[in-house]
Amino acid sequence: MANRDTGKNRMRLSGLIKKEAYQIIRDPSAIGIAFLLPVILLLIFGYGVSLDAEHVPVGLVIEKQGPEVSQFISGFYRSEYFDPKIFPSIQEAERALMHREVVGIVWTRSNFARTLLNTSDAPIGVIVNGVDANQARIIEGYIMGVWINWLHQYARSKGVALQVPVNVKYRIWFNSAVRSRNFLVPGLIAVIMTLIGGMLTSMVVAREWERGTMEALLVTPVRKREIILGKTIPYFVLGMGGMAISVAMAIWVFNVPFRGSFWALSLSSGLFMLTAIGLGLIISVTAESQFVAGQIAIVITFLPAFMLSGFVFDIGSMPGPIQAVTHLVSARYFVSILQTLFLCGDIWPIFIINCLWLAGMALFFFVVIRKKFKKRLQ
Amino acid sequence: MPSGTEAKSISDKDGYVLIADQVTKTFISAKNKVIALDNCSFKIRPGIVTGLIGPDGAGKTTIMRLASGLLMPDSGTIEVLGLDATRDYLQIQASIRYMPQRFGLYEDLTVMENLNLYADLLGIPPEERPARYERLMKMTGLAPFTGRLAGRLSGGMKQKLGLACTLIKPPSLLILDEPTVGVDPVSRRELWDIVYSQVKERKTSVLLSTSYLDEAERCQEVVLIHEGHILGHGKPEEFSKPLSGQCFMLSVPKEQKRRLQAELANDPKVVDSIILGEKIRLVLREPVEPSKVSSLFELANVEVMDVEPRFEDAFMWRLKKRMEEQGEEIHFRTIAHHKVSGSAGEDVIVVKDLVRRFGDFYAVKGISFSVKRGEIFGLLGANGAGKTTTFRMLCGLLPASEGKLMVAGKDLRKARAQARAKIGYMAQKFSLYVDLTVRQNLRFFSSAYGLTGKRQTDRIEWALDTFELKNMENAVSGTLPLGYKQRLALAAALMHEPDILFLDEPTSGVDPLARRQFWAHINSLAEAKVTIMVTTHFMEEAEYCDRVVVMRRGSILASGTPEELKAKYHPPGEDNPTMEDAFITLVEMQENG
Repeated sequence: MANRDTGKNRMRLSGLIKKEAYQIIRDPSAIGIAFLLPVILLLIFGYGVSLDAEHVPVGLVIEKQGPEVSQFISGFYRSEYFDPKIFPSIQEAERALMHREVVGIVWTRSNFARTLLNTSDAPIGVIVNGVDANQARIIEGYIMGVWINWLHQYARSKGVALQVPVNVKYRIWFNSAVRSRNFLVPGLIAVIMTLIGGMLTSMVVAREWERGTMEALLVTPVRKREIILGKTIPYFVLGMGGMAISVAMAIWVFNVPFRGSFWALSLSSGLFMLTAIGLGLIISVTAESQFVAGQIAIVITFLPAFMLSGFVFDIGSMPGPIQAVTHLVSARYFVSILQTLFLCGDIWPIFIINCLWLAGMALFFFVVIRKKFKKRLQ
Repeated sequence: MPSGTEAKSISDKDGYVLIADQVTKTFISAKNKVIALDNCSFKIRPGIVTGLIGPDGAGKTTIMRLASGLLMPDSGTIEVLGLDATRDYLQIQASIRYMPQRFGLYEDLTVMENLNLYADLLGIPPEERPARYERLMKMTGLAPFTGRLAGRLSGGMKQKLGLACTLIKPPSLLILDEPTVGVDPVSRRELWDIVYSQVKERKTSVLLSTSYLDEAERCQEVVLIHEGHILGHGKPEEFSKPLSGQCFMLSVPKEQKRRLQAELANDPKVVDSIILGEKIRLVLREPVEPSKVSSLFELANVEVMDVEPRFEDAFMWRLKKRMEEQGEEIHFRTIAHHKVSGSAGEDVIVVKDLVRRFGDFYAVKGISFSVKRGEIFGLLGANGAGKTTTFRMLCGLLPASEGKLMVAGKDLRKARAQARAKIGYMAQKFSLYVDLTVRQNLRFFSSAYGLTGKRQTDRIEWALDTFELKNMENAVSGTLPLGYKQRLALAAALMHEPDILFLDEPTSGVDPLARRQFWAHINSLAEAKVTIMVTTHFMEEAEYCDRVVVMRRGSILASGTPEELKAKYHPPGEDNPTMEDAFITLVEMQENG
């Protein structure tokens, strides 16, 4: 008798999973969200969006040519960060700045070479468009870099060591090329999985309410946990598929280093997937139309994963109350794990703490679903 | 032990499969408390088909959801197969089958995949499936379509598939929520055959809901429900029998029938009077000799025949009694509409070789007909026959692919706006702004038709008065009862005093009283020479029309007066055919070439 019952239970669950699989295969929007969207997002963030300042159009005002000036200027041409443009006068350069043709101006006066020779204290003027503060600071730093570089060269050519009281030697760890892609792409994996887990799941359950199929389903011997599992398992698989695609693209298309272990990645992704699906199912219990479910899902899963996970915006530099809110966003823990695994390796303290958070959240969500999901209407 | 026999033994103990005892259920919607069921008690016998009959919003679906454990009553108890539906719903769900109103099919799964899903959910061992599927496919005629997506099936086939899915494991109690609504008469008859074959072969008990009163006679017992109250329970003939000798058919001169019917409807001696084709059907409060009917109402040139009472007569009788008990007076009102100019014989709508394509699908395949001034003209057909598409083209909402369309003397392809100003349109499901109040809706629709200033205020007052909406003018439209919504929608369509009125499925699902009031309005408009065009899938409604065309799959099968159609197309041996008989005969003739 018991044997027969487990057989029937398994039959019901596999029936539900098969049904869901057919629906996923036949629904272009599900395929789109699960497979196309990750690729598009990765391409946008991998190639399009970059937080690095590269090929910055910068205006160079050279009032008087000379060997020193050309040597200094050539530093800008050699750098991949700059796209220099020569202007004969500061007025023209300023006009170009106003028209956003350039974002910064480096101004060498006509007396540059002379003062340099006489007093070794030659000023250059630097103007940066400060509208985008973040970019302005980066550009400022780059110009400084070119300047210091040139100073060393110049001193060496004169046979003297540059007298600087403190000598800074940079070492950039983990992302030595300082490519923003290297931390954006891993973080993006969390966003993609949130989309599949949270949005897709909440909408497909709402669809069953809308089309009346849920009502028919509820009046069969099917159990509550089977309905929940019947939704969780297929979307778990789908989400992990989306993750695999993203990881593969990250490593082989965008050449993001991966220094951790794959089993750690799989474990943490699995946990994160459960939190995303859990939240999606909670939404679906509350919202009974696809439209509402979609709206809620965007507001409480996708947007937080995008903005509060530390994927683009650094959590450490957020104001205190917002930092506190980020603790409620499961993507935050996963982004932290992903960035560590990709750029650093298996750092157990970070890995374990974040995994515990994820596991706790997943557990909480599924307890809530079991409580809230009723085999009844209303 | 299979659970089916287990359940049966439980139900045998007290002899009923379902006992509702003083059940009350309320819903809260938009801050209003809606009483869906008010102290309802009834018992359903095993092994027969019990019809749960009542108009939309009567509480039918609520009863079915309560019985299948999807809802809990506020007070009272429901026992199903001897089990308490509130407590033991899991056990109940193992032995009943419930088909909700919208089939509960997965439209993106094929017929076979749907069957497999339900077989999995109901725990049918794989080795038993082929035999069961074969039986079901034979019964439903779905065998050629097993690989087709359920969403691509016609309405009738969807319902049959839904039924097949619920019957994979024959239940002891089968609960079907409006399985025949919106289905063409042929499929409707087949669905009934399937239900009865289950009852005969397996002694299944069936509870089936419908808003079609003519289906009552197909049930073995009927529970009649209206606005959450049980109005009666018994065999269908027990409902109608007491009215024997009170029902008559009057043959009257054609030009008098509407005026006469309107007079009779408000006569205190009359329970009901409706137009049926060329005749008037009359139900009186007291039995009278047929020969005395004429003198009773001082009628001249009228031929009176006594007829068998129908279920609908009984419903009307009970409704009227209930309303009188509550001190409400029933008075059918007419509409004061300016007399439309022009002669009665002239063609107001002319349709010639009209075609509408959507991609490579022909929704309308070259139809032709014309409608005369002051006529009530019906477009008859099942869902998907092309009625609504035709309608939208006539109203200028949808351009025609090919063919000629003249409305009110204007070519719709050239002068759409001018034609539209003469048209009133009442869309399916009433298309009101549900968040606006009654008055706001009227104000909006009147200004949409270009009414301003004093004329607008006058018309709004006229509408509130004529359609008895005054006491509801500040109620939010979405919360109104169906009958009120219908009146409001009609008022909105008449704000600009159109010459032509288009009504798309105007009375589907409303109670017989509201339907009569509606037709009283329509008849008085026709008297004022307003041309009225109606679509309906409700065969009986065709009887109210002067002429009809019957559509199926985008083509016209037949046209003529309801009398002509019934006389021409009826099953052999049937001497009192209904419109539905005529429709089925027509379809069969078409299919057999």
